[in-house]
Amino acid sequence: MRSIRAAAVGAVTLSLALAATACGGGSATGSGSNDSPKTLTYWASNQGASIEADKKVLRPELDKFEQRTGIKVELEVVPWSDLLNRILTATTSGQGPDVLNIGNTWSASLQASGALLPWDEKNFAKIGGRDRFAETALGSTGAQGKDPAAVPLYSMAYALYYNKKIFADAGISKPPATWSELVADGKKIKAEGVSPLGAEGANLSENIHHVFVFAKQHGADFFTADGKPDFTDPKVVDAVKSYVDLMAKDKVIPAGDAEYAQNQSVSDFAKGKQAMLLWQTASANLKSQGMSEDAYGIAPVPVISGTPGDGTQVNSPVMGINMAVFKNTDNLDGATRFVKFMTSDEEQKILNKAYSAIPPVKSAQADPAFAAPDTAVLKDTLATSAAALPQVASESQFETAVGTAVKDLFADAAAGRPVTTGSVEAKLQKAQQQMPAA
Amino acid sequence: MTTTAFKEPVRQASSGAAARAPRRPGRLRRISLPYLLLLPALLLELLVHLVPMVIGIVMSFKELTQFYIRDWGTAPWSGLGNYQVSVDFDAPVGEALLHSFFVTVGFTLLSVGLCWLIGTAAAVFMQDTFRGRGLLRALFLVPYALPVYTAVITWAFMFQHDNGLVNHVLHDQLHLTDKPSFWLIGDNSFYALLTVSVWKGWPFAFLIVTAGLQNIPGELYEAAALDGAGTWQRVRRITLPSLRPVNQVLVLVLFLWTFNDFNTPYVLFGRSAPEAADLVSVHIYQASFVTWNFGTGSAMSVLLLLFLLVVTGGYLLLTSRGRRAADV
Repeated sequence: MRSIRAAAVGAVTLSLALAATACGGGSATGSGSNDSPKTLTYWASNQGASIEADKKVLRPELDKFEQRTGIKVELEVVPWSDLLNRILTATTSGQGPDVLNIGNTWSASLQASGALLPWDEKNFAKIGGRDRFAETALGSTGAQGKDPAAVPLYSMAYALYYNKKIFADAGISKPPATWSELVADGKKIKAEGVSPLGAEGANLSENIHHVFVFAKQHGADFFTADGKPDFTDPKVVDAVKSYVDLMAKDKVIPAGDAEYAQNQSVSDFAKGKQAMLLWQTASANLKSQGMSEDAYGIAPVPVISGTPGDGTQVNSPVMGINMAVFKNTDNLDGATRFVKFMTSDEEQKILNKAYSAIPPVKSAQADPAFAAPDTAVLKDTLATSAAALPQVASESQFETAVGTAVKDLFADAAAGRPVTTGSVEAKLQKAQQQMPAA
Repeated sequence: MTTTAFKEPVRQASSGAAARAPRRPGRLRRISLPYLLLLPALLLELLVHLVPMVIGIVMSFKELTQFYIRDWGTAPWSGLGNYQVSVDFDAPVGEALLHSFFVTVGFTLLSVGLCWLIGTAAAVFMQDTFRGRGLLRALFLVPYALPVYTAVITWAFMFQHDNGLVNHVLHDQLHLTDKPSFWLIGDNSFYALLTVSVWKGWPFAFLIVTAGLQNIPGELYEAAALDGAGTWQRVRRITLPSLRPVNQVLVLVLFLWTFNDFNTPYVLFGRSAPEAADLVSVHIYQASFVTWNFGTGSAMSVLLLLFLLVVTGGYLLLTSRGRRAADV
């Protein structure tokens, strides 16, 4: 009997010791060192048509960096669907990369975890100063009044992509500038038997980007000035309803798009099955699907009236990718040098060209490559009529809660159930109640 | 700290054993050997199940959000707060949890019932020898052998509104619906989920019941046939009662698997399932990993664990009592 008890006691002791170390493992409070100055791990977000395509773009640049500094960069391209969870795991365990890409809308949420190196004046000075970056891009690097949690790497904006031939066939001479023009054009296109506009009704982030623009155009915001969710404001309700009505009432978005979540609407557009697409920097994607560049035109996303500009004429969220350094990196100097390299004028031009994005670094924007008509639209949008998504710690929860509400409303519209002010308000109320009390 | 507190008894025990050792050298080894052999399994069980479970329970009492995930030990205690939020059925979080609980119960009962029914029917049917039986049996097991992700993503393609096979057959060919239905969003998603779950689950029932059938002596059937029992009577009076112990385990395992199934809904619907198919497992995943409220997520997991323990315990008690009664 004794030996059993001994074994049991030993086992319990061991388990407690393990539990204790497990607790300790969570406390990744180390604040960076230079213990391994020769290597870096970099998690790149999947930007191109595939992970392989990204490796082809990035590898030569990383080799260039190694030649210049002697620092070897281990690259891992992480698909979007995994990225947030991977970052979360790395944050909890403290076992993450040294440098990583984050979606710029997550900046404030990730900033709140305290896992990312804050970019104060001292750190910014190491990469050439804060003034090198466009103000709009800096607007989505963290909560206001705090040192940014990341620096901008690629900037993107939404635009209206339209199929020139389908437009000509329907007798439309120029792309719509307002939503009512879009609906009118859509009806003409539909009369020709072609689907007018694509959407990704079951993709939560896509839904958020669009209803955010509609909210801005209605003079509303999803959060109050002090960062509290305010989803049931009548203007917000109107804005969300206007977007869903493109399917429910105006019927310019086909019902089938309600279940799209895998960029099927981009394929539909690339295959010429659909006349218009509201998308961010789609050129590379369309090209990889075999659509030639002269087959489509790019115009600003429509507004309610007039032309895009400041104030309520916002027509795109500030989209893009930021670059962050994990606070507990073992190669702090190397990580900073790598960020400096990636945000240098030279690399900014190479990388943003490869991804058909706009450089958030002002001096690189001047390159003629970004003055082509398609990128010019995106550049103008970013400069004059784009707004940062709410930079609040609960941004990622907001994307899920409101994105799901819009998804459900699209499902209602697709099933032929009425989408009313009341039903929109009810869904948004539910979304608001799911937000953490902050 | 805790380590030192436990060290003392260990030393006592080992010194006690050492004191007795010279008297009967072989005995101690003989007694302790089985336990020593069990030790690795015991340790692994601790590491893989018990330790994470204890950590999960601790987490359920903490206010663990994105502000604390980096160092979760420092998250403030919230006492029973997370549990109160989870079971406050008038408030949104509790209401949604209750809704998803009822969806899961309905889904599980239907899925397990259908899996069992189809699996048993197929097994009984396959008892008779006929040409091609081996091939058919192998085909039956295909869903069980396929990787879950591959199978479910294929189903997701087939359920698509515009190009999916399901609408093509139901609408275009059989004209059963007046317009193509949505299967991956809205109310029909429940039936889509149920279909995939049953498709995936019944081969297991088939396999287990087939194994159970092998143990029924053929003489019973011969005797029954001599007494003039028909096929249905033989199934009812011999097959089903003999399968009872097998079925008890089968139903329990299917129940636990189906109730906790995460892969099927997640692959089919992504991180936010339609309300009609919002299973508890995905719901808890969403609370924890999508809205980053790990404390509430853990509390919900503990509640679910308690529920499953009660149900499983009750089931085992009932069935063992039934068996004892049958033995008498």
